[in-house]
Amino acid sequence: MSVNQQAHTGPPYGRPQPGYQGYQQPAYGGQPLPGVPQLQYGAYNGPMPGYQQPAPPQGYFPSLGFPSKGSPVSLNSDTSSLAPNFIGSLRAPSTSGAPPPASGASLPSGHLTYSPFGQGDVQNGIPASAAAVQRPPASQPYLPGSAPMPVSQTPTFQQYGPPPASVQQLSNHMAGMTIGSVAASAPPPAGLGYGAPRPPTMPGPPLPGQTVAGPPTTQPNHVSSPPPPSAMSGPQPGPPMSGLHGPPPPTHPPQPGYQMQQNGSFGQVRGPQANYGGTYPGTPNYGSQPGPPPPPKRLDPDSIPSPQLNELPPQQKPRHRIDPDAIPSPIQVIEDDRSNCGSEPFVTGVRGQVPPLVTTDFLVKDQGNASPRYIRCTSYNIPCTSDMAKQSQVPLAAVIKPLATLRPEETLPYLVDHGESGPVRCNRCKAYMCPFMQFIEGGRRFQCCFCSCVTEVPPHYFQHLDHTGKRVDFYDRPELSLGSYEFLATVDYCKNNKFPSPPAFIFMIDVSYNAVKSGLVRLICEELKSLLDYLPREGNMEESAIRVGFVTYNKVLHFYNVKSSLAQPQMMVVSDVADMFVPLLDGFLVNVNESRTVIASLLDQIPEMFADTRETETVFAPVIQAGLEALKAAECAGKLFIFHTSLPIAEAPGKLKNRDDKKLINTDKEKTLFQPQTSFYNNLAKDCVAQGCCVDLFLFPNQYLDVATLGVVTYQTGGSIYKYAYFQLETDQDRFLNDLRRDVQKEVGFDAVMRVRTSTGIRATDFFGAFYMSNTTDVEMAGLDCDKTITVEFKHDDKLSEDSGALLQCALLYTSCAGQRRLRIHNLSLNCCTQLADLYRNCETDTLINYLAKYAYRGVLSSPVKTVRDALVNQCAQILACYRKNCASPSSAGQLILPECMKLLPVYLNCVLKSDVLQPGLEVTTDDRAYIRQLVTSMDVAETNVFFYPRLLPLTKADVDSDSLPAAIRNSEERLSKGDIYLLENGLNIFVWVGVNVQQGLIQNLFGVSSFSQISNGLSTLPVLENPFSKKVRSIIDMLQMQRSRYMKLIIVKQEDKLEMLFKHFLVEDKSLSGGASYVDFLCHMHKEIRQLLS
Amino acid sequence: MATYLEFIQQNEERDGVRFSWNVWPSSRLEATRMVVPLACLLTPLKERLDLPPVQYEPVLCSRPTCKAVLNPLCQVDYRAKLWACNFCFQRNQFPPAYAGISEVNQPAELMPQFSTIEYIVQRGPQMPLIFLYVVDTCLEEEDLQALKESLQMSLSLLPADALVGLITFGRMIQVHELSCEGISKSFVFRGTKDLTAKQIQDMLGLSRPAVPIQQGRPLQAPEQPVISSRFLQPVHKVDMNLTDLLGELQRDPWPVTQGKRPLRSTGVALSIAVGLLEGTFPNTGARIMLFTGGPPTQGPGMVVGDELKMPIRSWHDIEKDNARFMKKATKHYETLANRAAANGHCIDIYACALDQTGLLEMKCCANLTGGHMVMGDSFNTSLFKQTFQRVFNKGFNGEFRMAFGACLDVKTSRELKIAGAIGPCISLNAKGPCVSESELGIGGTSQWKICSLDPSTTLAIYFEVVNQHNAPIPQGGRGAVQFVTQYQHSSTQKRIHVTTIARNWADAQSQLQHIEAAFDQEAAAVLMARLGVYRAESEEGPDVLRWLDRQLIRLCQKFGQYSKDDPNSFRLSESFSLYPQFMFHLRRSPFLQVFNNSPDESSYYRHHFARQDLTQSLIMIQPILYAYSFHGPPEPVLLDSSSILPDRILLMDTFFQIVIYLGETIAQWQKAGYQEMPEYENFKHLLQAPLDDAQEILQTRFPMPRYIHTEHGGSQARFLLSKVNPSQTHNNLYAWGQESGAPILTDDVSLQVFMDHLKKLAVSSAA
Repeated sequence: MSVNQQAHTGPPYGRPQPGYQGYQQPAYGGQPLPGVPQLQYGAYNGPMPGYQQPAPPQGYFPSLGFPSKGSPVSLNSDTSSLAPNFIGSLRAPSTSGAPPPASGASLPSGHLTYSPFGQGDVQNGIPASAAAVQRPPASQPYLPGSAPMPVSQTPTFQQYGPPPASVQQLSNHMAGMTIGSVAASAPPPAGLGYGAPRPPTMPGPPLPGQTVAGPPTTQPNHVSSPPPPSAMSGPQPGPPMSGLHGPPPPTHPPQPGYQMQQNGSFGQVRGPQANYGGTYPGTPNYGSQPGPPPPPKRLDPDSIPSPQLNELPPQQKPRHRIDPDAIPSPIQVIEDDRSNCGSEPFVTGVRGQVPPLVTTDFLVKDQGNASPRYIRCTSYNIPCTSDMAKQSQVPLAAVIKPLATLRPEETLPYLVDHGESGPVRCNRCKAYMCPFMQFIEGGRRFQCCFCSCVTEVPPHYFQHLDHTGKRVDFYDRPELSLGSYEFLATVDYCKNNKFPSPPAFIFMIDVSYNAVKSGLVRLICEELKSLLDYLPREGNMEESAIRVGFVTYNKVLHFYNVKSSLAQPQMMVVSDVADMFVPLLDGFLVNVNESRTVIASLLDQIPEMFADTRETETVFAPVIQAGLEALKAAECAGKLFIFHTSLPIAEAPGKLKNRDDKKLINTDKEKTLFQPQTSFYNNLAKDCVAQGCCVDLFLFPNQYLDVATLGVVTYQTGGSIYKYAYFQLETDQDRFLNDLRRDVQKEVGFDAVMRVRTSTGIRATDFFGAFYMSNTTDVEMAGLDCDKTITVEFKHDDKLSEDSGALLQCALLYTSCAGQRRLRIHNLSLNCCTQLADLYRNCETDTLINYLAKYAYRGVLSSPVKTVRDALVNQCAQILACYRKNCASPSSAGQLILPECMKLLPVYLNCVLKSDVLQPGLEVTTDDRAYIRQLVTSMDVAETNVFFYPRLLPLTKADVDSDSLPAAIRNSEERLSKGDIYLLENGLNIFVWVGVNVQQGLIQNLFGVSSFSQISNGLSTLPVLENPFSKKVRSIIDMLQMQRSRYMKLIIVKQEDKLEMLFKHFLVEDKSLSGGASYVDFLCHMHKEIRQLLS
Repeated sequence: MATYLEFIQQNEERDGVRFSWNVWPSSRLEATRMVVPLACLLTPLKERLDLPPVQYEPVLCSRPTCKAVLNPLCQVDYRAKLWACNFCFQRNQFPPAYAGISEVNQPAELMPQFSTIEYIVQRGPQMPLIFLYVVDTCLEEEDLQALKESLQMSLSLLPADALVGLITFGRMIQVHELSCEGISKSFVFRGTKDLTAKQIQDMLGLSRPAVPIQQGRPLQAPEQPVISSRFLQPVHKVDMNLTDLLGELQRDPWPVTQGKRPLRSTGVALSIAVGLLEGTFPNTGARIMLFTGGPPTQGPGMVVGDELKMPIRSWHDIEKDNARFMKKATKHYETLANRAAANGHCIDIYACALDQTGLLEMKCCANLTGGHMVMGDSFNTSLFKQTFQRVFNKGFNGEFRMAFGACLDVKTSRELKIAGAIGPCISLNAKGPCVSESELGIGGTSQWKICSLDPSTTLAIYFEVVNQHNAPIPQGGRGAVQFVTQYQHSSTQKRIHVTTIARNWADAQSQLQHIEAAFDQEAAAVLMARLGVYRAESEEGPDVLRWLDRQLIRLCQKFGQYSKDDPNSFRLSESFSLYPQFMFHLRRSPFLQVFNNSPDESSYYRHHFARQDLTQSLIMIQPILYAYSFHGPPEPVLLDSSSILPDRILLMDTFFQIVIYLGETIAQWQKAGYQEMPEYENFKHLLQAPLDDAQEILQTRFPMPRYIHTEHGGSQARFLLSKVNPSQTHNNLYAWGQESGAPILTDDVSLQVFMDHLKKLAVSSAA
């Protein structure tokens, strides 16, 4: 029930129930429970609204009395912020109500949980009550998700101490969601009371909004900008924030914005607000349920109400009972953010704004800072000192996607041409002109915003200043008014001081026996014939400037002369693979249009020529060398598309042997599986980078082919790897062709060098991604496409000041697909803080996870996997412990309190820990692990998000008349209903899971067969059927495919079929077969870790 | 046999052999005192209209170390059906097939007129001829076009079943696969890397790989294409393909920047060609025909760097030991030449460029394998075109004038041993009883391989008389030599060509005049010249000249008639009279003088000198000069500056050049256009006569000579002036009568001075 659901908050309330029911069923798998919960829900809902306003019901807290100590853990999300919406629709209920899902027993708990929510709300409400107060409450909102605690809990529920503590805590815990675990009693582990963060309560906050006009001002900024996190903080913080934020967010928008924000942040603004007014009463309702709250015996003001206390006794046992619905739900957070931020454009003018979540579809307006599509940070408020940073352990990192694709409505970076003199730069640090440069002396000089050095303005660039000190041409110059823009580079920025030639694409096709026999060669040749007309073009150019060349190979290489003047292509065989060279110059790289007929003839003949081949051995390194040499000879950069099938065992440089050994897993030598066999490829990669030769690799292995080694060059040159194990024409052709098309067509830059400059005080110290570095500052990429991301970590080397904040400037020098040399500049300004709370309030968990995953995935190269996992857990525990210690209001040690912005950290972290790289499943091959390791390393935040926490959509809930997606549900088997069909996607695969009890009609509509048993195993496509359901499902799949940079493999899974094992692997909240912890268990573990740290 | 001259001539016509001495001194000591060694010029395949080959196997002496062929000099016992080998005196039974022989029913090989006989034998499979074109693409467009046309034309000249292959090279080397349809396919090699034969064969897929048979795949009849078929195809099958392929040949596409030479990988290209044939058709007649338009500039065998500012080595550099690539390159090509020769493949070099092309380094390829060497200015000249065409000339019987894979086996009577050979051959290292310990030329063997030869190919073979002094004149009074040449005829038949000759022994002390009279001074001059040139390849020029001078002086001392210390008393008999003059011209010839010649030119001249027959060799040593005038019919005149007169037209044939020189007056007349006037038709005829004669020479000679038409005062007149004996120079202009022709501006000594010195030295008792 409570599970996640419907996205629509608004309606939720009213509808919720129905929706829920449905949900529940699926979730529970048709357990009887549903019914009950619903009821509860209903009740809740009703109350909810009321609640929100009522938030104030401080009484609750107390009541909750989380006295919890003895009691189990309770989760509180400070988040009072949670959007009311959530509550209404999904979460709110879920969190609170969550309990039901668990087991029959849970039912009762469900109730309980609900109540907690109520409490949460209360909290919010509280803040609302007093302007000043508000904040405090916010910070600590508790949603004691005492959920687990069955019966007793309910009553116990939360006591929110908040009110009292409010003020103090406020400041600290803004967004902290807390899970109170019973500290004292050993039982703690058992009973995890999750104060479901359910900000739903938050709705309450809205109230505050009203009341608290004042505070908002400060927050306004937050509001508008900071999506979820801010929101979280917003609400609660509101109050506290004001203090804290106040200063930084000088923005004016204040009040109005504020409210919005709050709304946004919490739940959705609208609904709530309205409600608010009336809400109070609502609260009562909650209260009613929670009513029981009275229990709040011990309530500390701050402390999280831990229902547990009451339960204490019972709890211990129940510990395992923790209600999954009571713990922070990714779905809920995503939905909240979506509803809060999805509608308004995100305007980047303000320093340190936290953008909406990556899962939210929002429009960006560049007003001086780079769009979050280009840069996302783990925190938008950086500690001023390194001590603080160390204390918090929150990594400071930016995830940069310099050539990211924008939404069509958004404008591409403007191209600025400063003529022969080139871009204006700081004399000392060489930073490029940007909106943060300060013009002084009437515009004759400017002071660098990074290093403070003063530089003369070149005469041709001089402009007068207006009375505010702004240049008069401020709005005419992108580099003065925008966060992202491009400069046309001068010849000084080019290799050898020569403007580059247009790049080239070289297609290198394995024509060994396997490739030919599987039909791959024919397929590629056929596809290339048409694909060549879609090479990337610059702007509005008529035809692509990119030249193409063709090579086939097995043990030897075949080059083709496709010069337009020839009647027939000519093949040139190079068998001297030990010392590769390019046999021809003229006619190898050609313009597609000029040589069209020759190329067509060639592509026709290649499959014929090798039809009878019996050569099974292949070479690999020489293939790359050949491409590299060809580009060298043509003096251009370019990309190699290599289609390869097997481990290169033929006698040649870079020859490999099969060294796959599963026995190494979980030993100290496991790391060798991720390391290349030989350093040969590293050196080759270096040469490739120097020439701007990017390598894209399409692998079609039937057995181990050592991705870890073959991928080295691809990886270090900024290329992509695509892997199609056991490639079969019928099933994999679409996926491969789509990938190929996209890969060929996507926007790409060549011969790129990226440097990240920062204000004095911090420094980019570490880089993650697919690139090569020859020194410590320049990230070199032979090729960089619109999907590639570089994660950069910063460290302090000095102090920052709150006043000036911190600036990042990412400058990317690259060659466009037409051969134009350009500089793309992205600027981002961040706030700095002296209070840890500010840091926690402005973090972004998705980005954090992106960083942590990359960090860990690199770690496996040098350390045993176990060490890496432990380090991850440890770091996160420290982050959360620091929060608990410094920001959260004092509360019982047994309570788990999570910062609002990081309340998903545990669940996501668990997903990372359970991922195939860090904890391989049984079916996972060494190649898969190496493959994924490399993939993740250049993923952006959105991709890591869905990769680690897949999206699970109940297809049967889809509204066939609208084009929206059904609301996602949490990744747990218990959320699946036998009577429904679900879709799960993680960016690589799409599973369609069919329950055994699905109505025949649906099966007929979707699969065109009459019964469940007739759905054939291993199906990989959906038949095209003319009925609304089939169309809807296919359109959903198409839509998802569009969103991802790779075409996902579609796998139809029947419940209780063999394949289901595979599918279950992706239900990441559950315990995994390979030993990965369930969410609940992990949360307990985390809590224990934190407590250990705190004690 | 009226005179020795006639005897010599007759022998030459019948056997293709000319000995320096036609009566042999009977002891080692005497023989050495003769100065000119006992030696002969052998033209193994000299064309004879009257010699139909016999269609059976030769009969061999049964002694394993002898194996001489039954010949007219053998004693035959017709009744016992026995014959005695005239070399080892082994008595042999005739084979059964000879059961019917008798005094009146002799097989051809026993008849005296068949001292030279040719057998056709049926042994082994008949292999088609193989032609592998190795074509440089770093040429000027015009040159390449001309070359392509020549090559295309040549396809029509090849026998239809001949196999043909194509390798092109520039910066890279491409081995073209001729069999495939559709896409034309070639294997490409980089020009900087030397590859072993094994590597080349592996890379070309020539070595049969252990074919990994796919399991579960039906075992199709394993394709058994003749392994080489991809690269070497019968002309009639790939005629069209190859013509197109040649037509599409492009210049080497790699850019050549200002101040650089194109990168030309001749060394590796040849290496691949040799490796390819080695792997596919060992011991089968094949021609690798290298067409190059410049020096190798990279990889093994490079002769000069690609920087134009570094000129290619000159004689000066070589003397100063300043030619940094020469030794290595030479070694590279020598290795290749030896490999090719070992497999019976020959390498032709057609080098056309204005500058040197590295013939010096590459010469051994042609020299050791019997290949042709042709040097021209451009492929777009008739010199090249016609020369190339002439390679495929057919003889009177409609057969190609080329033979392959010949093995020359020389057998001698006991009193003689073989000291060596000089010519387009390599040693087969066949040690035997008749091999002398002292070497002249390529020695230490009694067998040589000549990978390619034509009817004019001539070897110089040197002997040593081993009879002890005071020993009696050997039994029978005659010494015998048998030359057995087994070869692959152009019709692909295997043939054995046997020549057996005998000469009388004479006691040098009592019968010196016989020996003297039987001296063949022409042959001797050529044989000595070959020795000199052979030495010049490895020794300093002046040393060779000194050696030649000493030999000449010794010869004069031995055979001249004079009173001691009285130069004026010096006389030479008729049979020696021309010899000093030959030596005079030889000393001035480009074979020994490198001044004014590039190393390439020297190599080129020497190459031809070492293989042409006696007549041609003599022309090379002492060019022929004809005069045309109104004073009489055309006549040969002295090769002397005094022959250059204003009212004469001169025609000089140096073998390499044909020079027509109009005397001063004639030239003026011609300018005035008299030849156009009907009343001066005789002048027109006069002008035409030398042209016609020149044409005749041009038609027959291989390689085609450079044709020069010049006149008094013309710049090209230098070709003439540098050859004539400078009897009149600026130094002695007024010492001579006014009559005579043109003074030559030179410090070279004239024949007169040379002779004076010679006499003086010869008669000197101090010498």
